[in-house]
Amino acid sequence: MYDFSIITTAIDQFLRSLMPSALATFLECVLIAVCVLVAYVLLAIVMIFMERKVCAAFQCRLGPMRVGFWGLLQVFADVFKMIIKEIIDFKRTDNLLYNLAPFLVVLSSVLTFSCLPFANGIEVLDFNVGLFFIMATSSFGVLGIMLAGWSSNNKFSMIGAMRSGAQMVSYELSIGLSMLTLVALSGTLQLSEIVARQADMWFIFKGHLPALTAFIIYLIAGNAETNRGPFDLPEAESELTAGYHTEYSGMGFGFFYVAEFMNLFIVSGIAATIFLGGWMPLHVPGLDAFNATMDYIPGPVWFFGKTFFVIWLLMWIKWTFPRLRIDQVITLEWKYLMPIGLVNLLIMTLCVVMGWTF
Amino acid sequence: MELNTLTIIFIGLSLLMVAAALLAVTTRNIMRATTYLLFVLFGTAGLYFILHYTFLGAVQVTVYAGGIIVLFVFAALLIGKGTRDLTHTSILRYTAGFTAAITGLALTVYLIFTHQFPEVQHPVSVVPMKLIGHTMMGVEKYNFVLPFEVVSVLLLACMVGALLIARKR
Repeated sequence: MYDFSIITTAIDQFLRSLMPSALATFLECVLIAVCVLVAYVLLAIVMIFMERKVCAAFQCRLGPMRVGFWGLLQVFADVFKMIIKEIIDFKRTDNLLYNLAPFLVVLSSVLTFSCLPFANGIEVLDFNVGLFFIMATSSFGVLGIMLAGWSSNNKFSMIGAMRSGAQMVSYELSIGLSMLTLVALSGTLQLSEIVARQADMWFIFKGHLPALTAFIIYLIAGNAETNRGPFDLPEAESELTAGYHTEYSGMGFGFFYVAEFMNLFIVSGIAATIFLGGWMPLHVPGLDAFNATMDYIPGPVWFFGKTFFVIWLLMWIKWTFPRLRIDQVITLEWKYLMPIGLVNLLIMTLCVVMGWTF
Repeated sequence: MELNTLTIIFIGLSLLMVAAALLAVTTRNIMRATTYLLFVLFGTAGLYFILHYTFLGAVQVTVYAGGIIVLFVFAALLIGKGTRDLTHTSILRYTAGFTAAITGLALTVYLIFTHQFPEVQHPVSVVPMKLIGHTMMGVEKYNFVLPFEVVSVLLLACMVGALLIARKR
């Protein structure tokens, strides 16, 4: 398997040979921050393009085709347009909170993004409570949305924010329960360790039925958590214009838009990491030649392949199902997903205790 | 005191926390106060991470930033516009608040100056999750299963109370 920590260690030693240790650490922090932000933005651009093309395919259209070959430059043009737009201040709104809200949403999203293990040795934040930390950092994104809705001083924004708050707080439970099911199987919260323990088999095969149930619950709840798909009623265009970000222009809106797409990427990335083995190649116990061949495909290819597969699944759901009503959304979570998740956690614990896993 | 990286981060976090705390109690807008309080709680989580209490730091962010503050915002949105902004306060409230603040400050300062701070063994290790789990759910001496269950009963009582208020007649 490719080990990328060789490269990072070499860079670290090179920097430490040039300057004092504290300065090198500081410089590395800045470098990593820049890398994370650039990756964040580039992936957002890829995802926006993918969303348009997938949406077009599901609606029997071609999608953007004019700007650049096969419409490849369309998103760059859109980003440029968004950057040069004016950011409007309103009278009688709370300007501090109005301007702070998009940053809270992006902060939560970037922190969660930097926990993802992209390859063997490329993990920005990796400590013993990794999965719990992901839940923690993703849980205050809803605060930014609620502040945005409130500080816009607009009824549509307010309704969108309240819907979003109720929905995200509810669906966090299901996400937590399905993650906990997998933690019971893996026996660790550290993300690199979770990936390493899938070396013989991915958890979705190891945990068979309960893991599959948890995967499906996670996909539904993750879709709701990102305010997408059939759960996009916080920004229901037909009734609330744009929900909580109605009053935002320029990059204020851009931040919400980018964070929404990157939250989709993060949800899919976590699904790929804890259910589908992250950067770990497909290994079948007993087939050594096959396993060795699979090891020649580098880790990032596996990680991004799995992640974009899950993203494609979620986009398929989004462009297939009609939007739910708010009472249906809450009923689905509290009366169906959460009880199923709780029972599923019990079944998984039973399987682990009795040794009924592969 | 040598000025290493951790000290600089500590000073930065402390300044952030003190500034945010002062802003939280001086602002007259309840939403702003909640937001400033959020930064105080973030700073506290940062302090836990400096001390390698990663679990406690993550709990701090989940429970306070993701739970309590969101509840505060929900509650602030549900109350009427008249009560949302603090306009005038009675002299009784001023004295009560002032007394509470002075007592807290005096107690903290007294404890800081009389407490003998033990030297920290330097390679501080991260507490493993298994140990935290065993301590929280264990029944031996210095384990916490009883407080844990008592808190669960308290939460249950809160939920029953909320249902009682919310139920339809």
